[in-house]
Amino acid sequence: MRGDLSHHLEIKGACASYGRIQVLKGVDLTLGKGEVVALIGPSGSGKSTVLRMVMGLTLSTAGEIRLDGEAVNYRNPASLRRLRDRIAVVFQQYNLFQNMDVMRNVTIAPLKIKRRPRDQVVADAKRVLAKVGLADKLAAYPDELSGGQQQRVAIARALCLNPEILLLDEVTSALDPELVNEVLDTIRGLAAEGMTMLIVSHEMAFVREVATRVILMDDGQMVEAGTPQDIFDKPQTQRARDFVGKILRH
Amino acid sequence: MNYTFQWGVALQHLPGLLEGAKLTFIIGFLTFWGASLLGLVMAALKTYGGRIARRIVGAYVIFFTNTPALVQIWFLYFGLPDVGIVWDKFTCMLIGLTLNSGAYLTEIIRAGFISVRRNEIEAAETLGFSRIQQVWYVIVPHIAKTIYPALANFFIVILVMGTSIGSVIGVQELTSQAKDLATVDYRYLEVFTIAAAIYVVLTFVASITLALVGRWAFRVKAKIF
Amino acid sequence: MLERLADEIPRFFSWSNMLLLGEAMAITLAMTLVGCVLGFLFAFIIAFTRQVPGILTLPFRTAAILFVEVFRRIPFLVVLFLVLFFIQAVAQGTSLFTVAVVSICIYSTAYIADIIRGGFESVARQQIEAAQAMNFSRWQILKSIIVPQSWPVVLPPAVAFMVGFIKDTSLVSQIGVFELTFRGRELNNMGFSGILVFGTIAFLYFAISYPLARWGQWLEKRLAR
Ligand SMILES: Nc1ncnc2c1ncn2[C@@H]1O[C@H](COP(=O)(O)OP(=O)(O)OP(=O)(O)O)[C@@H](O)[C@H]1O
Ligand SMILES: [Mg+2]
Repeated sequence: MRGDLSHHLEIKGACASYGRIQVLKGVDLTLGKGEVVALIGPSGSGKSTVLRMVMGLTLSTAGEIRLDGEAVNYRNPASLRRLRDRIAVVFQQYNLFQNMDVMRNVTIAPLKIKRRPRDQVVADAKRVLAKVGLADKLAAYPDELSGGQQQRVAIARALCLNPEILLLDEVTSALDPELVNEVLDTIRGLAAEGMTMLIVSHEMAFVREVATRVILMDDGQMVEAGTPQDIFDKPQTQRARDFVGKILRH
Repeated sequence: MNYTFQWGVALQHLPGLLEGAKLTFIIGFLTFWGASLLGLVMAALKTYGGRIARRIVGAYVIFFTNTPALVQIWFLYFGLPDVGIVWDKFTCMLIGLTLNSGAYLTEIIRAGFISVRRNEIEAAETLGFSRIQQVWYVIVPHIAKTIYPALANFFIVILVMGTSIGSVIGVQELTSQAKDLATVDYRYLEVFTIAAAIYVVLTFVASITLALVGRWAFRVKAKIF
Repeated sequence: MLERLADEIPRFFSWSNMLLLGEAMAITLAMTLVGCVLGFLFAFIIAFTRQVPGILTLPFRTAAILFVEVFRRIPFLVVLFLVLFFIQAVAQGTSLFTVAVVSICIYSTAYIADIIRGGFESVARQQIEAAQAMNFSRWQILKSIIVPQSWPVVLPPAVAFMVGFIKDTSLVSQIGVFELTFRGRELNNMGFSGILVFGTIAFLYFAISYPLARWGQWLEKRLAR
């Protein structure tokens, strides 16, 4: 299944800062083809920043990021464009375009950026939106949707880009339990199809089930990495024991 | 372009232009304080006054903000003598500008009045402040802080737009001086460029001063640019 | 006084005078409209230029900022004279109407550019980042995200500026464009009472400005929802 372990995405010693404050202090992470890596850690530990850095929204100050073994030059527009063409992200705050309805949000990039044929894009969008349970909201605007609905539109928008790698930032945080399962089902399905994913999530049961590896971050650094069993059942460091203890308790 | 700039000739007029700049600043200063006082009274009437007072102030604001300051000044200068009121140019300009700016300032200050919240006053009451103390310690600082950026901005508007109107009826402020001095040796472009530069420097210094004062006195982050 | 007015009124409101004033109103409106619409266009280009990062565009960015900062600090009257003398130096025989339109255009460009910049900055950073992450080009982001999201913020103050500027164009009378204020001065020189003439002129400005200002307020409410 997840046989191909050639490193698809590789982050080596990456550092990043907002202004003068350094928030990532050397992050190493590999993501093999078809792997699902879960990034966990306390609030403010820099998980979202890792994803932003991969997408080139926050520039790293040190270290490098490789895609299929080739270092990405984030200052080179062509190189950045190639990367963004293959990786899609779902933001923690969804970031749906406020001036577009659901259908437009989902189809604009495939139509205008990827220049795919219109009927194919529309059919795709309808199928994916139906999959996330929003077939009846095609004409709604983001401010008319609940947080959970917006989150699902954001997932649909990312999926319609047909990415090779999907970055998901706490995609279930705004959902009620019923919907959590729907969304998790969607992600499960993607994992089964062999989609490479880097997910930030605190859903322990889910992480345990779909993640091939778990990485625990704290204060901009990796604390521990391993299989879900390693991290959750026999954490090695004190920091990991504390954190796992906390999330398991609630 | 076969126009040769002769800055040397034009620069000889610098003292005259600076003299004009001084008057420009004085006019701006007088107008601003006169108009602020007028605006304060009008805003108070419009916010707390009776029905008739509110109507009258409303009409004043609507009329003066929808007609040109220039026409208002000419009305005073060329119109009032018909009914026996003769004011000199300087007075006409000052009164005209004050009435005009006062209308805009009424709106600005009124926005400050409206922004005072009931619960802030109540909080002051429960703390045992007297009526006057309430006004002085709670209401005035609040209003000042709210309207300071708009007031500071309007001072610049008066300094630039307002005062230059003086030249139209021959008050010897900066624009007027430029007009006169340019004709001395026909260096129109140079003299007006220097005048423009003086305006830029003058308003820039005023902007920075006002921003610093605002920061120091009201903790307002007024933007300089 | 009343007798004089009673005597003058029929002569003043003659057909030819009314035609004259009607034409003058049209000129006032036309030059404001043409100047401001062109100004809006240039302002948009300037605001966009200020957004593009990189060393290559640094000179353009600096020029754009300087243009806006300088012209907002010079009286319209001075800009008018500068344009007049400059155009006379490079292209004699240009009509005064053109001079007026160019001046209005320069001035409104500077003001509206600042309004548009404020609108652009009001768009949430995350919206732009989401688009960037999907490979939108700078132009596409402008077209599909920034402009649609910022025009409700830009339009009301831009319209307010343009409507307000109708009154400031009265200064164009100073270079001899046959607009409303100029004709008023002319009629006054012909011997008509200042009160009658400038009262009428003020009313005509009011008739243009007030409905447009109300429309602007309505627009603001409409867009705010
Ligand atoms: N735009 C920003 N400017 C300055 N500091 C920021 C900015 N965004 C994030 N930070 C800081 O960077 C650190 C890491 O933030 P990040 O959003 O990556 O954390 P996180 O692990 O995703 O947290 P959460 O679980 O709450 O989403 C935090 O301390 C945060 O305060
Ligand atoms: Mg986060």
